[in-house]
Amino acid sequence: MSNSIKNLTLKIWRQLGPTVKGTFETYNVEEISDEASFLEMLDYLNERLISEGKTAIVFDHDCREGICGTCSLMINGQAHGPQRGGATCQLHMRTFSDGDNIVIEPFRAEAFPIIRDLMVDRSKFDRIIESGGFITAPTGGAPDANLIAIPKPVSDSAMDSAQCIGCGACVAACPNGAANLFTGAKVAHLNRLPQGQPERFKRVEAMVETMDEYFGSCTNHGECEGACPKEISVDVIALLNKDYRKAKFASRKDLAR
Amino acid sequence: MSLTQDLLAQNTVQLNSKIPLGSIEDKWDNYKADMKLVNPGNKRKFKVIVVGTGLAGASAAATLAELGYQVDSFTFHDSPRRAHSIAAQGGINAAKNYQGDGDSVNRLFYDTVKGGDFRSRESNVHRLAQVSVNIIDQMVAQGVPFAREYGGLLDNRSFGGAQVSRTFYARGQTGQQLLLGAYQQLARQIGLGGVRLFNRTEFLDVVTVDGRAAGIVTRDLVTGEIESHAAHAVVLATGGYGNVFFLSTNAMSCNVTAAWRAHRKGALFANPCYTQIHPTCIPQSDDFQSKLTLMSESLRNDGRVWVPKNPNETRPAHEIAETDRDYYLERLYPSYGNLAARDVSSRAAKRLVDKGQGVGPLKNGVYLDFNEVITRLGRDVVQERYGNLFEMYERIAGENPYEMPMRIYPASHYTMGGLWVDYELQTNIPGLYAAGEANFSDHGANRLGASALMQGLADGYFVLPYTIGNELAPMLGKTIPGVDHPEFKKAEQAARDQYNGYLNIKGTRSPDWFHRELGKIIWDRCGMERDEQGLKQALSDLPALHEEFKTDLNVTGDGMSLNQTLEKAGRVDDFFQLGMLMCRDALSRQESCGTHFRTEHQTDEGEAKRDDENYCHVSAWEWGGDAMSPNLNVEPLEFEAIHLATRSYK
Repeated sequence: MSNSIKNLTLKIWRQLGPTVKGTFETYNVEEISDEASFLEMLDYLNERLISEGKTAIVFDHDCREGICGTCSLMINGQAHGPQRGGATCQLHMRTFSDGDNIVIEPFRAEAFPIIRDLMVDRSKFDRIIESGGFITAPTGGAPDANLIAIPKPVSDSAMDSAQCIGCGACVAACPNGAANLFTGAKVAHLNRLPQGQPERFKRVEAMVETMDEYFGSCTNHGECEGACPKEISVDVIALLNKDYRKAKFASRKDLAR
Repeated sequence: MSLTQDLLAQNTVQLNSKIPLGSIEDKWDNYKADMKLVNPGNKRKFKVIVVGTGLAGASAAATLAELGYQVDSFTFHDSPRRAHSIAAQGGINAAKNYQGDGDSVNRLFYDTVKGGDFRSRESNVHRLAQVSVNIIDQMVAQGVPFAREYGGLLDNRSFGGAQVSRTFYARGQTGQQLLLGAYQQLARQIGLGGVRLFNRTEFLDVVTVDGRAAGIVTRDLVTGEIESHAAHAVVLATGGYGNVFFLSTNAMSCNVTAAWRAHRKGALFANPCYTQIHPTCIPQSDDFQSKLTLMSESLRNDGRVWVPKNPNETRPAHEIAETDRDYYLERLYPSYGNLAARDVSSRAAKRLVDKGQGVGPLKNGVYLDFNEVITRLGRDVVQERYGNLFEMYERIAGENPYEMPMRIYPASHYTMGGLWVDYELQTNIPGLYAAGEANFSDHGANRLGASALMQGLADGYFVLPYTIGNELAPMLGKTIPGVDHPEFKKAEQAARDQYNGYLNIKGTRSPDWFHRELGKIIWDRCGMERDEQGLKQALSDLPALHEEFKTDLNVTGDGMSLNQTLEKAGRVDDFFQLGMLMCRDALSRQESCGTHFRTEHQTDEGEAKRDDENYCHVSAWEWGGDAMSPNLNVEPLEFEAIHLATRSYK
């Protein structure tokens, strides 16, 4: 049954633009239903700010059911907040208690410049996919879908990594700001499938090199797996590294010829 | 003379649906044999704008670029991968007949026409069924990890409204996997330079010159800059308008703005009153609620729906004795029971909640109880079947459905109405196309489960790439108006004035407040059940509230930077006007069909009662200068391949 959470103190990052200095502002929320989601609590606060003639806090969000990957936020230092295996939009106020202090920041990483307040620019993820995160299959030429039988365990494990929602929590949680979990998840999805084999090594090379252009290096902290709302395993990074190494050896042979 | 013919004689716009000649099976082949082609070397001389990057938009943009056209793709999201197609759970239909259970193109065609309660255009639906098989081939080639059998072949499940298993799925995330497939194909084209992507850019207006679509006006959501883009053709793949209800299963930023502003520029808006309500969503929990979450309909296979007989019941569910419970679906519909059709079970729930028998703190839901199946098959079996759904429910509602029955209630989910399009998916404005949920064409008055994904991809991959070429071929060598044309400047200035106008009202209510109030009116008067009195009431309440919006809106911040409050104001303004058209359409359609249920028109058993004599037509509305005076145009629906019959699932 519905109860209310009282007397929350929110410290929220406000920043007008990428090159303007930001600062924490403190807001009090006197009472909110424990049925409210975390983002609904921010909606409620924004309604109050608008009624006071102030500008609303900017934050990214859309589907509010944990699948589109638009929402972000570091809540008390954790990407997507204290719950495991869920995005910020799936976090509910019943997780918090009366009198709590909650610090809300944007995802912080060099590759994710702040646009305004809690909204960051994650378009470098798109650059990684554009460089090779696909199977070249122009419309119209596909053979019958049942032509290639794919063993169920292969298909299932491709699906496990294909679940990535591209939210960027892995990068935000990583002390190096690395994107290896995101890149590894896409490589593991496509490189495990028979349809992905023709471009397997070209794909991994292009994606890793684009990733290295913008993001930090992976030093196997594993924070990314803990922050991932889809609980994608760091095993995909091992696969990424293995395929990248193979690709590099293969192209060394090509060069020698 | 029937009403349809009377109305047809009064049409203000010439509606040519351009249905090709030949038998229903041959129409699409005949079209392709006769269409004009653009030679591969000439395709790069044409520019196509695609607005929206969901299934329809991403697949259209990618395919047009593969063919060689220059494509500009627009999304208001930060990335094309965010579009709300991503949230579809169940699956995608295709007439593959991989299960050998008697499926065929004709059967999928028939099921879709019948499911739509005979209010869709036969020729479009047949083409949809034909290309459905190509979609599955295409998506598998792209690496979509559909569910498979142990032998490695593709698995299927069955869905409502069909007696065969033709639904392909990827766990409960089919929409996500299909959208990522289309997104990756789009990303490849962006990387190759075939598509220019404009992200965080919102469509504000379509520009027409001499009656032809010449381009669009957009607003950069980060800088606030308003800009024009010229092209040979414009595709709107901008989704549905379910958020007019405020609370719906749509994502927060889904809106009607693109379709609505095209409508105001002359595009007809068809069947706006056909909106689908999904029976199994998690009920609203408090006044701050921002959206509703859908629970897969598959739960009704094993859950029993009930409410307490006593409206003043205070005991928790498990303490209520069997004799004090009303298993109303089993009582009212003994043959279908808990699996009664979507619209039927939604209305039954609404009636009991309206009578005060609802459950939960706000008494706004009904129970979906798994106690019987857990006792019969054991908790492990239930966990295997529905584990992820139970977990999702517990996360949102804070109750464990293994111990407490779930609480569910219907919510707005999908909209069948949309921009009127002909067989080529072209609106009545030459050069302007609408695809996916944004058009009205394939689902009639009701959409079957797992058919939305099919239609989005069919339009984008297999229809538009052909039909757009047919339109562009004769334009070779002709110059098109550039962005310095006065019509563009006029549209830009109108957009600036509009957005500055919102900022200058400086009233007391936020856009969200108005949206919530608007949603309540639409839900009460034009939701699951409609009647003349309620619709007339809405048509007097809505303009009054809209007036208040224009004088008491409060948008803080400024127009030359990122301002989500300002974006919302424009969207709510459009929802108001659409809401009025919805009610007008619902009022004028004096029959019940599919999801449009007029209480005056029902059978003794409470089923929808169609009037084929007078309403077997598409209602396509023309903007008449303000939201309250639209002009009705009709397109009579002719059924040649399928006999008009009463829709019954008994």
